[in-house]
Amino acid sequence: MSDDTLSGAKSPTARNLFNALQLDTRLLGMIGAFVFICLTFQVFTGDGNIFKALVNGNFLTPRNIFNLTIQTVSVAIMATGMVFIIVTRHIDLSVGALLATCSAIMAVTQTQFMPQWLGFELGNPLIWIAAIAVGLLAGVLIGAFQGWMVGYLGIPAFIVTLGGLLVWRNVAWFITSGQTIGPLDETFKKIGGIGGTLGTTWSWVVGILAAIAVLAMQYNGRKRAQAHDFPTKPLWAEGVISGLMVAMILGFVATLNAYEIPTRRLERMFETRGEIMPDGLVAGYGIPYSVLLLIAVAVVMTIVAQRTRLGRYIFATGGNPDAAELSGINTRFLTVKVFAIMGGLCALGAVVGSARLGFSTNDIGTLDELRVIAAAVIGGTALAGGVGTIYGAILGALIMQSLQSGMAMVGVDAPLQNIVVGIVLVLAVFVDIIYRKRTGD
Amino acid sequence: MATPLVEMKDMSISFGGVRAVDNVSVDLYPGEVVGLLGHNGAGKSTLIKILSGAYKADSGEVFVDGKKVEIESPRDARRHNIETIYQTLALADNLDASSNLFLGRELTTPFGFVDEHAMEAETRKIMAKLNPNFQKFHSPVKALSGGQRQSVAIARAVYFNARILIMDEPTAALGPHETQMVSELIQELKAQGLGIFLISHDIHDVFSLCDRLAVMKNGQVVGTAKTTDVTDDDVLGMIILGKCPKGAIPGPGALSSADAA
Ligand SMILES: Nc1ncnc2c1ncn2[C@@H]1O[C@H](COP(=O)(O)OP(=O)(O)OP(=O)(O)O)[C@@H](O)[C@H]1O
Ligand SMILES: [Mg+2]
Repeated sequence: MSDDTLSGAKSPTARNLFNALQLDTRLLGMIGAFVFICLTFQVFTGDGNIFKALVNGNFLTPRNIFNLTIQTVSVAIMATGMVFIIVTRHIDLSVGALLATCSAIMAVTQTQFMPQWLGFELGNPLIWIAAIAVGLLAGVLIGAFQGWMVGYLGIPAFIVTLGGLLVWRNVAWFITSGQTIGPLDETFKKIGGIGGTLGTTWSWVVGILAAIAVLAMQYNGRKRAQAHDFPTKPLWAEGVISGLMVAMILGFVATLNAYEIPTRRLERMFETRGEIMPDGLVAGYGIPYSVLLLIAVAVVMTIVAQRTRLGRYIFATGGNPDAAELSGINTRFLTVKVFAIMGGLCALGAVVGSARLGFSTNDIGTLDELRVIAAAVIGGTALAGGVGTIYGAILGALIMQSLQSGMAMVGVDAPLQNIVVGIVLVLAVFVDIIYRKRTGD
Repeated sequence: MATPLVEMKDMSISFGGVRAVDNVSVDLYPGEVVGLLGHNGAGKSTLIKILSGAYKADSGEVFVDGKKVEIESPRDARRHNIETIYQTLALADNLDASSNLFLGRELTTPFGFVDEHAMEAETRKIMAKLNPNFQKFHSPVKALSGGQRQSVAIARAVYFNARILIMDEPTAALGPHETQMVSELIQELKAQGLGIFLISHDIHDVFSLCDRLAVMKNGQVVGTAKTTDVTDDDVLGMIILGKCPKGAIPGPGALSSADAA
């Protein structure tokens, strides 16, 4: 800091300008990796030389970005919960199996319990609402139960959730008698699939509201820091960051809006409503509901992590469990809460996952535990505990999914895909270790 | 005589057969500093951890202001305005100074969210008093020097209006200047009427800061004495040999005259 004041008279260098932005270098690194992956696949899916391929590739098309986004949601939702688990020095190997159990419970609730036993008419809105409520309840309770075994009985989380992996995968099997359950409720299906999107107009509304919210937050943060006389970034730096964020939000909305609903499908949508489609009508999909759900989860989890006591205690416990205990934090109950949150997020993951398929299958969520843990870890969550971010985990999920889809598009064989993902995981953690050594945190 | 601020009576605790604290009784009056001395492993930290709620005693009673209290957890201790600077400092390394200072007692906004700015402002205020050179308000405490970390732990103990302050080797990592500041702080707090348990291996410090001292050996109290009634050598004899000199009141751990012979 002191040399900043000394060198103040010199003309600003590029480095100084960059420092003034006070960006999170880890976040930049992850975004850089993500952009690199996207551009690479863009080139490999295109024709001609690199420059032509960058333009005509198939990876960065609205259609593929849309698909990538909805494929990422389920894992990303669960990865935000895994951050809390790993930050408190635990692990949850049961998330994929728990997702399956929640999915089975919700499927049975909406296709059998509500309509057949309680006599609700198909399509009654109470059906999908009740299904989600029951699924959430099951997820939270099962998570809390596992957390209780970890926190109060002192059984290592690795063992509890390894057992849970076997138990819940097969509890799901018993609930559905090993059958695929479906088709699911029409409204329910909208939460996960391509059928449930906001449409262009509402997507713009949401995008603009989000942009306004971001600007308001930046402004408020600055105001509050100034009120306490804390150092703030230069105004131009604040402006650049706000501008970038707004551009990203609106760009994302524009991309999703640019993915047009095929005419045949559009016609059918009008038919089911008993209307006739105007000639030459084009409509974009816009933001999928599942993405809205992910954004809501991300916002809530970030607020919990940064602005609530619970979040503080999670990070403090991860940093030094003894210190947390000596500060009067009930670390056992905290463990229950963290696993309960994870369970609830597994239920949400199950909503999105089964809704996207339209069915609840036996193998739903298989290997998701590995994807979720990998997403959190690639996103900078340290297995030693105490360190991790929600946005990192979501970005981690996005990176994993784009690698996987990209390789599939390029035509890499499935076994090789897994080999690459495995190597990337190890490499990402290695890079993170080096980064931490350098920056000393 | 006034009632003691704290009185610990016949405290015992064992860890798997080892009697870490064995029938210990000590007391502390308002405006008094009582030094706790003894070898490594004598049981000093364990004794005060019972008072701070970190351990639950196997037997014994604790009185605060003459009233019997049950201290089952660190929260209970804090509720009785007992604040502790632990030998290990008990800081969460990954969090910054203000998060550690307010850990478990965060300031919140009217909506119940953690008010980071208010906490940082308060932290800046108290650190300006305790350690004016301290600047690293945004670094995780693991990036701080031993002395800086210690000053964060001290700030946490004195910020919340302690009436009973426990300091377990508070100056172990401090330089001479910071040690001097802690000495001044102890005198200031004493003048405000706090009672302080000071654990230290530095006999010189104990004589200059404490009104009374208690020496422990193998979990037992060798003896207690006013610092004016005993000499350095007397105290060394208590620590090393367990021999209770004339000016001191012998405890259960004192070498009996039969042993001495
Ligand atoms: N949690 C524990 N589990 C088992 N034994 C313990 C525990 N805490 C302390 N002990 C034992 O109790 C005895 C007293 O330890 P204590 O830490 O109170 O000593 P001390 O007087 O503070 O020593 P020092 O001057 O080294 O800090 C030691 O023999 C120690 O090994
Ligand atoms: Mg000790």
